[in-house]
Amino acid sequence: MGTMTIAKGINNGLRAAMERDPKVVLMGEDIGKLGGVFRVTDGLQKDFGEDRVIDTPLAEAGIVGTAIGMALRGYRPVVEIQFDGFIYPAFDHIVSQVAKMRARSLGKIKLPMVIRIPVGGGIGAVEHHSESNEAYFAHTAGLKVVCCSNAEDAYWMIQQAIESDDPVLFYEPKRRYWDKGEVDETAASRPLLEAQVVREGTDATLVAYGPMVKTCLQAAEAAAAEGKNLEVIDLRTLSPLDLDTVAASVEKTGRTVVVHEASTFLGMGAEIAAALQQRCFYHLEAPVLRVGGYNLPYPPSKLEEEFLPDLDRVLDAVDRSLAF
Amino acid sequence: MSDNAVASTGEKAGATPHEEEVLAELTAPVPEVGDGGPEMVQLLTPEGQRIENVEYDEYVKDLSDEDLRGFYRDLVLIRRVDAEATALQRQGELGIWASLLGQEAAQVGSGRAMRPQDYAFPTYREHGVAWCRGVDPLNLLGLFRGVNHGGWDPNEKNFHLYTIVIGAQTLHATGYAMGIQRDGDVGTGDEDRDAAVIAYFGDGATAQGDVNESFVYAAVNNAPVVFFCQNNQWAISEPNERQTRIPLYQRARGFGFPGVRVDGNDVLAVYAVTQQALNAARSGNGPTFIEAYTYRMGAHTTSDDPTKYRVSAEVEVWKHRDPIERLKSYLVHTQKADQDFFDAVEAEGDELAVTVREGCLNMPDPTPDSMFDHIYVEEHPVVEAERKEFAAYHAGFTTEGGH
Ligand SMILES: Cc1ncc(C[n+]2csc(CCOP(=O)(O)OP(=O)(O)O)c2C)c(N)n1
Repeated sequence: MGTMTIAKGINNGLRAAMERDPKVVLMGEDIGKLGGVFRVTDGLQKDFGEDRVIDTPLAEAGIVGTAIGMALRGYRPVVEIQFDGFIYPAFDHIVSQVAKMRARSLGKIKLPMVIRIPVGGGIGAVEHHSESNEAYFAHTAGLKVVCCSNAEDAYWMIQQAIESDDPVLFYEPKRRYWDKGEVDETAASRPLLEAQVVREGTDATLVAYGPMVKTCLQAAEAAAAEGKNLEVIDLRTLSPLDLDTVAASVEKTGRTVVVHEASTFLGMGAEIAAALQQRCFYHLEAPVLRVGGYNLPYPPSKLEEEFLPDLDRVLDAVDRSLAF
Repeated sequence: MSDNAVASTGEKAGATPHEEEVLAELTAPVPEVGDGGPEMVQLLTPEGQRIENVEYDEYVKDLSDEDLRGFYRDLVLIRRVDAEATALQRQGELGIWASLLGQEAAQVGSGRAMRPQDYAFPTYREHGVAWCRGVDPLNLLGLFRGVNHGGWDPNEKNFHLYTIVIGAQTLHATGYAMGIQRDGDVGTGDEDRDAAVIAYFGDGATAQGDVNESFVYAAVNNAPVVFFCQNNQWAISEPNERQTRIPLYQRARGFGFPGVRVDGNDVLAVYAVTQQALNAARSGNGPTFIEAYTYRMGAHTTSDDPTKYRVSAEVEVWKHRDPIERLKSYLVHTQKADQDFFDAVEAEGDELAVTVREGCLNMPDPTPDSMFDHIYVEEHPVVEAERKEFAAYHAGFTTEGGH
């Protein structure tokens, strides 16, 4: 048991996975001596050597493409993409190759690889450093997409993603990297592909993942002061979506607000709203509402506070939901 | 053109002993701290001594003393802007800054070789090129301050927006050059009409698929584009040897066009080499790859900590090759400039720094609803609906007296 940041949780998780399995290799830009631009791989090259912690050339298609080859050869590559906005050079490999190889080989081959992507805004960065692109990948069959939101999950989920025999996109909420939490490195963790109720409530359900979980917990706290009792769900897995957990909550509260940083149009919220109205139609007291980024390119950082969902926007949506 | 080292690599199996040597040399790791090797074009030594170069002297012979003083002024002023921006970042006025310290000569030499109708496609560190094109430094600061994503009109000074996704702009540059070709603005012999494009990128960028694809497109189309690589030795923490096994300029040959390595800290040499390449492009002789061999004296950006991955001895070696000191020594011992001139440039730098600082501090924040502007050319119902929703939501706060 110990307290650590999310970044350290992932670092420790990577270390544990590498110690357990010599086939686990890390690949990415600046992940060696520098330890990655967010220092998530700090110290790993020193301890595991340059053959297992590979500083790659500055080429994302190359990173993912060669990781495919290594996986085909029996390795378990864990690649780091430096920022969300730099995944696109590798997009073709991920959606056309990584996602489809298992099906194409009729199950003869597997691609146990993890693609780590720091995601989201709120850090005052220049463009291409704050994007939420999970929906592109969740939309692609053949991939698993998960997102951690706290140190405990960071530690466990990265190891489970590495152990998965399927390719996993692993999103890390970059503005929460330095948030601390308790991590029990001995206890068994919950399954990788399971959502979690992180706060119980009765009046409405907030559904979030990654960076927005904290925002929703804060919103729930603020709402409690006004006598509203909100349940908060951390999705953890975006594909496959754990709809059972969400639906159970919605059947209890009758009201749902889905919150994410990505634009709402065709985002995760759209899928969740559609699925819930199919499944829980008679339990819903109000339409499923979405709070997300506007349908705009991510704005310059001076405007990101306006763009990103904050406490107020979440609470406003809760009020609208309760007003039905 | 100095691309002779790759004359004949031959088939590996049947390689003669000489070819084996050449191969061994080509595939040897690139040294971390090199001096660029004998093939590097240089017109001024680090001590400021002018050295003759039959091929390139021609391109600098018409430079007047005033031109040379102008180069010096550019170097000093852009370094000053850079220093001020770094300071502003430290004081929280900029979110981040990518310093050009050490790369001034590569940028000023190449920037000054352009004609007004030429077009530059920069990455995010080309403050010196922007300066030569007449782009107000405050425009550059706006991006790093987070008030916009670029904001200037690229067509005003033929200086495209900064591109942060590594290497993407090399394809844009090539396509633009293909447009110039189709407009017939190549090889007419009219100095005011013939145009070329120059694409800037770093040593790390040469690993990207986009950059290699741009080489292919430029070559097969004989496009009027100059690929200007500032090899500052580092791609954040990764040295050249993590990106390439042969000197970068030698790659060009494999794509079918000439490559040349120039001392990137020698403004005269960079000017000469870029002149030659731009002339070739404008006159219809296609692309050239220029590798300006230089050094990033500072951190990659203000968020970076270079002490994690490089030794200070390396920085010391390069201090000795400072581009400004080099030109200054030359101007002094050839008596092309006197102390009054240097003092005047210094004073101008002080003034410029004040303008930059004040301009930065006075830069208005964008109004919140401006994020809905300029997304589409034509009106878009979703954007307009959200703009209204946004306005109504914020109006709610004022009537409620805040949340
Ligand atoms: C596609 C992409 N991947 C990663 C990054 C993150 N990144 C920004 S600058 C940089 C290093 C660039 O090195 P180099 O091309 O040598 O140019 P320099 O900054 O040294 O001038 C990296 C990896 C990026 N901007 N774009």
